[in-house]
Formats: sequence, C-alpha cells, structure tokens
Amino acid sequence: MSSEAIIDANHITRRFGGLVAVDDYSLQLMHGDLVGLIGPNGAGKTTAFNLLTGVLKPSSGTIRVADIDLTGRPPHVLARHGIARTFQNIRLFNDLSVLENVMCGGHMRYGAPLLATLLQIPSFWRSEQIIADRSTEIVELTELSALIHRRAGDLSYGDQRRLEIARALATEPVALLLDEPAAGLNASETRILIDLIRKINEELKIGVLVVEHDVHMVMGLCRRVQVLNRGKLVAEGTPNEVQSDAAVIEAYLGTRRKGAVHA
Amino acid sequence: MSKTAPEAEKASPLSGFSVAVATVAVVAFAVWLAQISLSAYLGTLLALLFINVALAVSLNLTNGLSGLFSLGHPAFMTIGGYSAAILTYPERRKSVMLPDLPEFLATNEVALFPAVLAAGLIAIVVAIVVGFPVLRLRGHYLAVATLGLIVIVQNLATNWSGITRGGSGLSGIPRLTTIWWAFGLMVLVIAVTWRVKFSSLGRAMMATRENPLAAECAGVSTFRVRMVAFVLGAFFAAIAGALLVHLISVITPKTYSVLLAFNLVVMVVIGGTGSISGAVIIAAGLTVLSETLRPMEESLGLYGMSQVIVALSLILILFFRPQGLFGSGEPIFIRRFFSGRFLG
Ligand SMILES: Nc1ncnc2c1ncn2[C@@H]1O[C@H](COP(=O)(O)OP(=O)(O)OP(=O)(O)O)[C@@H](O)[C@H]1O
Ligand SMILES: [Mg+2]
Repeated sequence: MSSEAIIDANHITRRFGGLVAVDDYSLQLMHGDLVGLIGPNGAGKTTAFNLLTGVLKPSSGTIRVADIDLTGRPPHVLARHGIARTFQNIRLFNDLSVLENVMCGGHMRYGAPLLATLLQIPSFWRSEQIIADRSTEIVELTELSALIHRRAGDLSYGDQRRLEIARALATEPVALLLDEPAAGLNASETRILIDLIRKINEELKIGVLVVEHDVHMVMGLCRRVQVLNRGKLVAEGTPNEVQSDAAVIEAYLGTRRKGAVHA
Repeated sequence: MSKTAPEAEKASPLSGFSVAVATVAVVAFAVWLAQISLSAYLGTLLALLFINVALAVSLNLTNGLSGLFSLGHPAFMTIGGYSAAILTYPERRKSVMLPDLPEFLATNEVALFPAVLAAGLIAIVVAIVVGFPVLRLRGHYLAVATLGLIVIVQNLATNWSGITRGGSGLSGIPRLTTIWWAFGLMVLVIAVTWRVKFSSLGRAMMATRENPLAAECAGVSTFRVRMVAFVLGAFFAAIAGALLVHLISVITPKTYSVLLAFNLVVMVVIGGTGSISGAVIIAAGLTVLSETLRPMEESLGLYGMSQVIVALSLILILFFRPQGLFGSGEPIFIRRFFSGRFLG
C-alpha cells in the first residue's frame, strides 16, 4: 500500500512558538491522484504545503517520497524526487522571460555542469537544446506561446499563475502541489485552469494536490478531499462524503448556507 | 526546430564562436597598434583598464547574476597578489627581503603563469571555506562576512611578516605583467561570464537572484549555484590581483582596500546587475575618468574628486535608473552579433 504512494506524509506537526500551525497531518498521495485540500483562512494549508515541499521542517512526523525518507531535506532535493509546487503569492523569476522561467525548471534534470558549460562541448549544446525543446512544449501546453519572450513580471495575473504551473511541470514532477491556483482569476481564466489541471492529472499522469477556497471547484474537480481546521485534519473522503460530514459543515462551512455546499 | 525555439539556439554555436574570435582578433590588433604607438604610461593605463574591466565583470558574475552581495574582491586580490608575488620574487633577493620564508618558497622562483594559477587556486580554497557557512544564509550575511574577510586578510598581511614583510609590503616585484596578460585576462573573464550567463547554469543563477525560494522549489540547489558564482569571482579576483602587483611592482596590506570593493560594486550597479556589456563600459569609463581627473585633482588640490563623481553617479543612477544603465540584459545588437546572426 505505502509503496504506491508518491507522497506519504505521516503525522506531521509544525509549531511556530506556541501556535500549532499543522497538527498531526497525514497524506497519502497516490499515483494519478487528484486531491483537494480545503479549510478556512489560517487553517494551515500553506504551512502543510511548505512542509510537504521541504520549505519548512516538521517539528515531528515523517515525509516519504516514493518510499524514500526525505524528512527535513531542502526543497531542491524534494523537487529532484518529483515534488513540484506553485505559490499562493506568486513567485516568478520576474526579470526573466516566460521561456527562461520554464527553462529554469529543466535545469536540475538536464542542465550541463560547469566545465561542460565553460568549454561548450557538444553535450552542452545538446542539453541546452533538450531544455529549450521541452520548455517550448510546456509553454504550448499551458497556452503561453504568444507570450513566450515576454518578461514574466509584466504578465497578467492569470498568465503568471499558469506560468508558475508551467515552470513546475518543467521539473518533470510526479506530484504537483497547487496553492490556491484560482485565486484572483476571472471565470474564463478559471475554466482554462481547471482544464489544465485535468490535463496534467489525466494525460501527464501527475498526482495533484490542490488548495482551493472555491468549494464548487474543489468538489467538481477532485476525487478526494481533505479538510483542515486549525491545523487538524477534520475530514477526508470523496467530495460527497465530505460535504455531508458534520465536522466539516461546522468547521469550514458553518458560516455559510448549507445549500451552497452542494454543487 | 520549432519556430518558437529560443533566440540563442537558432544560430549555430560555431558561427557565434567565430564572431567572438574575430572580434578578439580585431581588438587585439588595435591593442597592438596602441602598444607600439603609446607612451609607457598610457600602455600601463591600458593594462590597468583591462584588469579593471576583468574585475568588474567577474564581480558581476557573483553579484549581478546570482544576486549575492560580496564585497570580497579586495580580499581575494590581496591573497592573489601576495601569493603570486612571493612565488615570482627573485630568489637572490628573497634572502634579504623575506629571510623567514619556508625553505621550499625561499629557494624557488616561479614564472608568472604558474604563480598566477597558484594565486587563483588558493583563492578558490579560501572562497569555499568562507562560502560554506555563509552561502546557506540569506543575502546580506555575505556582505558582512566578506567585509570581515578584507579585515582578516589585511591583518594577516600586516602581521605575518615572515611571509609578507608586514606593513611595509613587498616592493621590487618583477614587472612581468604585459599588456597582453591584462588583455588575456579580460578576454577570459568576459568569455567565461558570457558562457555562464547564456547557459542553464546561468539561468539557475538568475533564478536564484530573482527568487531563491522558488528556485529551490524548482530544483535549483541555490547553495551550489551561489558557491559556483562566488568561487569563480574569487578565482578571477585573485588572478587580477596577481597580475596587478606584477604591473605596479609593489603590494602592501592596504593596496586593495574596502574603497576598491565599493568602487567595483558601484560599477556593477551603474552598469546594470547582470549586464556584462554594462560592466565593461562602466569599468573602462571610470578608469579613464579617474586617470584624466588626476592631473586636475593635483593642480587644483581637489583630491578625491573622482571618488565624489563616482558616488554622485551612483546616487543619480539609483534615483533615475535603479536597474542600471543596461538592466540585467545585453543590448540586442551585441547579443545578435555574438550569436552569429549578424552575418545572416
Ligand atoms: N512562518 C510563520 N511563522 C509564524 N506563524 C506562521 C508562519 N506561517 C504560518 N503561520 C501561522 O500558521 C497558521 C496557518 O497559516 P497558513 O498560511 O498555513 O494558513 P492557510 O490555511 O494557508 O490560510 P490561507 O487560506 O489564508 O492561505 C496561521 O495562523 C499563520 O499565522
Ligand atoms: Mg495559504
């Protein structure tokens, strides 16, 4: 069972001083999974992402990726093992072009080492070509071709969100963690995004964990949903199970009309 | 070859290389002409200009491309200067000037090339030792650490008199640096920096500069990338320091000071962080400016005027064009030219 999980996080906890931001959180993300992570503001979703990607070290608990213990390792090591992510507050390489941003994601897989770079031996040109070709494909997949030479910092919000996904895809991940990818998007941009997430999950066979505030979107998109409240996992299951869970309605949806939950 | 392939990859790598070689040949010819027609003073000035350009471009590799804030160039130049000078110092004078040298140094007199290489390698070791703890930390710790390094190296040079002859410094260093050495170093530094910048490694450096956390999460080992940039910069600084002492034939603990670090950082900032063209032009311009102002400073008694002008231009740039004259890029005609597409 556990050998099938790409990400196997066991009972991870993270404290900030007296605050327990994530409390005994566990996740088994399987190959090709599409899991939603929901919860009210400050529930600890982003902190959970930071723990799963090595940005923060857990106070306790373990994180295994494809059965290898990577607890406490830095983000680039987790990235090398196939964990990619986007950020709630967009983090692009603003001064680089769209293509260059994506190419950076290909560096760890195909980038030539220093000596080959300085001597520009044939293997250097080959690796540059591979990175360029793959990045161009990803730019096409994420529908950014028209903007390929534009400065990333000059893009619209929606394009920036897609560019973050493109850069993450360039790392050739097995699991992609999206932190509120639809935040700030208009309706048509959100539709494009949902299609893209489906494509990534179904065609590229990448496991996706997505944090989202829009409950309709999560329920429509995800096969499995986790609900976080005050750092604790209060429910987990299919969208239907979760929607009828009393703890969820109380914790997360309590302030809303119950009818709003049903898609 | 899809039509959206990046610009740099469209031209064949060879044509870019031949354009670069042709350019170097043309400039070398100009240097040769200058060398036979100029006075010895102007020849030295030209060599100094080349070394300054090499220094500015190498610092741009560290600070501009990777977003580090190293002030360490003077420290590495001092290390390189002393290392090379002790190695090339005439054997018969060593017994007088440096009677306490260890046996293997006292009885040897090395040619410039191996001495310069040794200087560079020693600087690499020092850079790794300094970088190892500091480059894991965030940005500005490096500024403090390298500032400390300048002080430590100066103190070492002052107090380790058996090796360095203390505060009075070493004089009578053989004048081995010709204009061609300086020119060669400049070409080497520009070529290395250019190749790094337009490569996957260079993009990883710029990613680290733009957003270290996002770079890490995209698989870039920011520590490694910073280390490469820091070590390369230190290597070239040491070589420049070594060549410079063999041009001016003296070195004291204060030859390369914090002021020099300031001036180099200013060159990078004014030229544009990450812009090779900017660093070349500004370093050359400031060298010429300070030399032309020197007679005026002396006749008017306005010492430090060029320093004031440097500081003023920095303030103006920060105010009106904070990204520097050239931003982080290279002017499009220069990129075209060196990628070979200029020739069609
Ligand atoms: N670096 C930090 N230092 C101290 N406290 C932190 C830190 N990061 C997060 N927290 C706290 O941990 C709690 C969880 O924050 P987190 O950002 O994970 O929530 P979230 O579920 O992502 O919320 P949102 O929906 O607003 O994005 C919050 O109370 C927050 O203030
Ligand atoms: Mg959040």
